[in-house]
Amino acid sequence: MTGLRWVIATAAVVVALVVQVSLFPHVAWHGVVPNLCLLVVVAAALTVEAPFALLLGFAAGLTLDLAPPADHVAGRWALALTIAAFLAARVRQDQKPSALAVVGTVAASSFVATSLFALSGVLLQDPAMSVAGLLQVVLVAVVWDVLLTPFVLPPLMKLFTRLSPQWATT
Amino acid sequence: MGAFGGHDGRERRWTGLDRLESRNRPPRSLLVALALASITLITLDVSGEGASPLEPARRVVGEALGPAEAGVAAAVRPFTTVPAWFRSKGDLADQVRDLEASNAELRGQVELAGFDRNRLEQYDGLTTAAEDLGSALVPARVVALGSRQSQSFTVTIDAGSEAGIGPDMTVVNNDGLVGRVLRVTRSTATVLLVIDPDSTVGGRVGSSMEIGFVTGSGSLRQESGLDLRLVDDASVPSRDDTVVTWGSTTGPYAPGVPIGTITEVYSSLREASQRAVVKPFVDFSALDVVGVMVPSGMQSDRAVIEADGSLR
Repeated sequence: MTGLRWVIATAAVVVALVVQVSLFPHVAWHGVVPNLCLLVVVAAALTVEAPFALLLGFAAGLTLDLAPPADHVAGRWALALTIAAFLAARVRQDQKPSALAVVGTVAASSFVATSLFALSGVLLQDPAMSVAGLLQVVLVAVVWDVLLTPFVLPPLMKLFTRLSPQWATT
Repeated sequence: MGAFGGHDGRERRWTGLDRLESRNRPPRSLLVALALASITLITLDVSGEGASPLEPARRVVGEALGPAEAGVAAAVRPFTTVPAWFRSKGDLADQVRDLEASNAELRGQVELAGFDRNRLEQYDGLTTAAEDLGSALVPARVVALGSRQSQSFTVTIDAGSEAGIGPDMTVVNNDGLVGRVLRVTRSTATVLLVIDPDSTVGGRVGSSMEIGFVTGSGSLRQESGLDLRLVDDASVPSRDDTVVTWGSTTGPYAPGVPIGTITEVYSSLREASQRAVVKPFVDFSALDVVGVMVPSGMQSDRAVIEADGSLR
């Protein structure tokens, strides 16, 4: 079951990444697109056990770092998404999270992940950007991610729950 | 027995809660391990400046995901034209007015041709220089754009090493300079746009032939444009002047490619230098078809546009 879950999760990350870089730029606001990879990671963190979610966060971040249009220092998204997965896994209660809790978790994770990525950029001076510009990008990214939550999170959470029956009962 | 049963039940409940507790708390050790792994990757990538040890990994991921990106972009392309079907008569009237205005402007420029002959001669010289280089264009389409959250302005194009493309080649479209190729896979290439804050292009002001450096401003808006700093502090660039690349045949940017026009000039008294804002000719928010400059006669998997305009 774990093997199958990994295959499905990897496929979800790849589809999310390709849609994120090839489809969403057509509707992007000043180049800011919804971070679908982050949504996949949060969905996993809210449904399946934490170690899996953490590893998935790392893997999804690494894919974002290495897949073609990316040119920043590798490892920055990996760090940001791992920590976002950790936070999202902490939020989860013993029962199924309510819709409001899911939206809140997505907003918080998106804020933390994008800010961490931006901060690592400031530390490494990867591209020198103004803090005001960064803040605007972070906030727009949060809005995008929350907007897409109702369409992306429920099916993904259902999928992950079905793939790990030991959690489905609680 | 009943009391024992109840005790048992409570016991079970407690162990159950215990399990829940441990499940709710993600393992800190794993978090630390993964965070350290990320930081190791960052260190590896930063320290190996010229040839990063992660370059092969980038290539492998690129080979795997590049075709998928190209496929999705091809599937999406028919739908991106849909908004154009819903243009109203008002929009079209606006467009006609804009075109008439630009037509009048162009007519004015033609009437000033004699005045600008000197400048035109210099442009011609530059153009023939570009032709003398004997470069050919490999056509390609943009299939993926880096997100703004990632802070770098890069795109993926659907032509790679099989089309004869290699790193550091110049990428143009029919308006002007787009950027340069960073790395290639078999079927895709990653292009650094000139608006990226890390991108610096050698620029030459068309009328005075002064050279300087054009840096990206990190914004997709055309007005905020690029920054030009001239090497010679004494010379003042003039507005509406055209900036072209000065580059070399071996360097990343081929010479004589138009970059943009100067819209604003600021002089900084403290630094005793001139800073000019250059509005790029290319609209980077609507990039689609681009051409990669390759040496003439290059083997390619597609039709190549030669310097004289013929298809090969």
